[in-house]
Amino acid sequence: MQGTLVLMVLKTLDVLGPQHGYGIARRIEQISGDLLAVNQGTLYPLLLKLEHEGSIVSQWGASENKRRARFYRLTTTSRKQLQAEARDWEQTAAIIARFFEVQAEDLP
Amino acid sequence: MRFLRRFFIRLSNFATGRRADQRACEEIAEHLALQKKEENLRAGMPPAKARMQAALKPGAAQAIRERHNAEQGLPLAENFLLDVRYAFRMLHRSPGFALIVIATMALGVGATTAIYSVIDATLLHPLPYPNPSELVRIEDDLPGVGAQDVSVSIPEWRDLENSGIFQYVALDYFASMNLTGSAQPTRIAYKGVTPNYFAMLGVGAQLGRTFDPGDNTPAFNLELVLSDGLWKRAFGADPRILGKTVRLDNDVYHVVGVMPPGFRDQGSSSEERNMDLWVAGGFAAPPFPPPLRNSRFGTAFARLKPGLSVASAQAHIDALVASLKKQYPADYPAQAAWTIRLIPLAETLVGNLRQSLILLFGAVCLVLLISCVNVANLLLARASARGREIAVRQALGAARMRLIRQLFTEGLLLFILGGITGFAVLFCARKFLLQFVPDSLPRLNDISISWGVLAFAMVVSVAAGTIFGLAPAWLTSRLNLAATLRQEGRGSNGSRQRSRLRHALVIGELALSLVLMIVAGLLLRSFWDLFKVQLGFNPGRVMAIEAWLPFPNDPKTDIYSTATQESVLLREVLRRNRTLPGVEEAAVGDRAALPLGHVKDDLNMFPLIREGQDVQSSQPPLIDTSIVSPEYFHLLGMTLLRGRLFVDQDLEDTPSIAVINQAAARAYWPDQDPVGKRVRLVRLRVAKPDWTTIVGVIADARTESLADAGIPQVYLDIYQHIAKDLAFFLRGPVDPAAISAQVRTQIQSVDSQLPVFRAETLDDVLSSSLSVRRFSMEMVALFAATALLLAGLGIYGTISFLVNEQSREIAIRLALGAQRSHILGMVLRQGLTLAAAGAGVGLVGALIVSRLIGSLLYGVSPYDLSTFAVVTAVLTAVAIAASYVPALRAMHLDPITTLHSE
Repeated sequence: MQGTLVLMVLKTLDVLGPQHGYGIARRIEQISGDLLAVNQGTLYPLLLKLEHEGSIVSQWGASENKRRARFYRLTTTSRKQLQAEARDWEQTAAIIARFFEVQAEDLP
Repeated sequence: MRFLRRFFIRLSNFATGRRADQRACEEIAEHLALQKKEENLRAGMPPAKARMQAALKPGAAQAIRERHNAEQGLPLAENFLLDVRYAFRMLHRSPGFALIVIATMALGVGATTAIYSVIDATLLHPLPYPNPSELVRIEDDLPGVGAQDVSVSIPEWRDLENSGIFQYVALDYFASMNLTGSAQPTRIAYKGVTPNYFAMLGVGAQLGRTFDPGDNTPAFNLELVLSDGLWKRAFGADPRILGKTVRLDNDVYHVVGVMPPGFRDQGSSSEERNMDLWVAGGFAAPPFPPPLRNSRFGTAFARLKPGLSVASAQAHIDALVASLKKQYPADYPAQAAWTIRLIPLAETLVGNLRQSLILLFGAVCLVLLISCVNVANLLLARASARGREIAVRQALGAARMRLIRQLFTEGLLLFILGGITGFAVLFCARKFLLQFVPDSLPRLNDISISWGVLAFAMVVSVAAGTIFGLAPAWLTSRLNLAATLRQEGRGSNGSRQRSRLRHALVIGELALSLVLMIVAGLLLRSFWDLFKVQLGFNPGRVMAIEAWLPFPNDPKTDIYSTATQESVLLREVLRRNRTLPGVEEAAVGDRAALPLGHVKDDLNMFPLIREGQDVQSSQPPLIDTSIVSPEYFHLLGMTLLRGRLFVDQDLEDTPSIAVINQAAARAYWPDQDPVGKRVRLVRLRVAKPDWTTIVGVIADARTESLADAGIPQVYLDIYQHIAKDLAFFLRGPVDPAAISAQVRTQIQSVDSQLPVFRAETLDDVLSSSLSVRRFSMEMVALFAATALLLAGLGIYGTISFLVNEQSREIAIRLALGAQRSHILGMVLRQGLTLAAAGAGVGLVGALIVSRLIGSLLYGVSPYDLSTFAVVTAVLTAVAIAASYVPALRAMHLDPITTLHSE
């Protein structure tokens, strides 16, 4: 799940622009139709890791509560990287999907 | 790339101690606030319930913070630091344990490092010259006549120079000269070399220059290079020394250079390595003998062409030898089987010391191993005492890997502290320890505690800590949680594996120390046998004092150019010496006549031509030759077996005579009476020697080597043959402190130009000839004693531990009426079983090892039954004694207190 969560986080930031941690988690839950619950114990260390790796940057901003919150946004390099990884992911997903479509009688 | 970026950020956070804990807390708090608000809105829950829900959903905030922190820094390193801190606290809490472990490791690592520093200087870096692997020694062998290393003749040297294999081929010989002109005439060891000598070594002068390698002067070129030591000693470090003239053996040389302070000449004796003076020449014109192929003179050294290996150079040499043999069949008769061998110079310098040093290193490694085993055993014993602590930690959720890491850190810390302590002690005591190293060790002056040695000590400690710290940590962390906690600190039974490992460790320890003790025992017996050997001469109360007569290059300026001229001086000096207080007998000989005290070199080995059997060109055998006065044999108590000795009537103008020893008679005149046979001894600077008649045979004496009685010897009369390097022998109750000055006065009152040096008793000479053997024997014995002590401690610890573990069982037995002597026997039996197993394994190991050291032994078989038996008995006795103390404690156990305390 770690790898896919990275993709989800990056894609969320790509679509929504700068977001705080809660916003990212909420967005992922919404998109997944509340099927995925993002554990903040996983999310925040992951965000820190991505920041260390240079994929995202963060700065303080004001939340809807009018309180300090850390906002994350993509860097330009990571935008390109995201596109490449999205393509990879689509390819992988397509391959896996095909495996499940194939029935025993379809085999030559 | 991204991984590296992340790693460096974490590393810098770790190093600077920067923490974003505040940020994590704030983010989590805001997350919860936002979540609460939204859920409230969505479900219309009462606020208290919503807050709880919000808090429940993401999990424990503390755990999140920890994970956040882990991402921030480097948890592995942080944990390591924590472990180290904790380990220090634990050691502080049990200082006795820490002290014992650190002392044991300090002993092991310190001893190993000490021996390593010797090996580092001698075996690993024997040659302080650039590209030392290119340097070789060239040895001519004549296996057909049983002669090895017979020197190189001048035409052969030229052939080698022109062979294209070498950059330089240099010749050298070493001898003494008188340096006159200063207040006290001094005798100086010098080396005569070909002018390319320093170019071959690749070392330049600190002042002036060395010899010009292109110099072709056939005789001495009268140039002189000084050592830094002599320049400072005799010339007050005069900066204008270059071009000054110095009188050596009445010849005038001028100084062309001074070698740098750290320069050490190559050579196998300390005298050669600390050479003070070099003169150069072509070795081809008088005073050198005529350059003939069969006139072998000087030792050859060479620097190979770069990139050429010794093996391929040897192949070229073999081809060269074959073609020379074809070209000069008269000079290289087939029966002599002339060959030339190239030996890497590094190997020739250490010589037979290599074996001794490797033996010592092996012995010290065993000691290190035993100390490691001992420490591992202690760590295991301590682990059982800490069983409860470990169990509690595990119960609180410590992961096994984490526990192992922590225990391992503790062990490693102990090993490293031990290593540092050992190194520190060694560093502080290095001056003191170096006194015990015999002088004959090459590069003694260069033994130092360097960075390389420090690195060695650290690597050894860390490696030992890793190997011997990991196993106890592994086993300790592996315990039955419930059982340990339930026992509530009653002596735990420990795991079966752990006790099995402990037994194996003790058995190993005992076996290793048995091996060491047997080696030490065998060396001790060899040494004792050598010490007690029948010498064949009597060194008691004999003093030897050396002097040197000048040997000028121009024979016309030599006032001692004939034996008759010299005999006037010698007879007068002997007459005066006999009047000195305490002197009962006096004799004189050349340096080769000094028993066991002279370096075996080319200068006293001469070809022996037997009348009717050999001709000079047939490569006759070389024989050890001494020149002595008639009183010499009686003074040293050598027995005449046949014929007669020298008498006063034998003079230079009467027929030349010689005395040989029994070994020479056996070797060269088997089944014949040698008395009356005539020989020619081809000596240096004597072009055509006269026939010499053998007049007597004396019994063999170990004057050349303590270990070998049968080395052929021939003695010439000093009143018939000139000898320049003199040794005066005085027997009687003389005062060793005063005699040197008294003899000097006597000699210099006859000729004030003669240097007198080095007064030693023959007993001292004898004992210093055993110095390397004694050193290695003492060291191995010391190591063996250490090993025995450690093994004793090991078995003591193990039996004490067993008694502790079984105290409940013993108490119950006693309560049920067991005899106390039975308990004693029970515990002792456990100790004895361990000892027997250790001895069994050790004996097998000792049989292997003793065969390896066979060549270092003298007069004792490597499988000497009595040594093996005595050593095994000693080990068993120590094992029993070490188990006796805990056994007594078990016997006197009070059943009531023991059972109550449980």
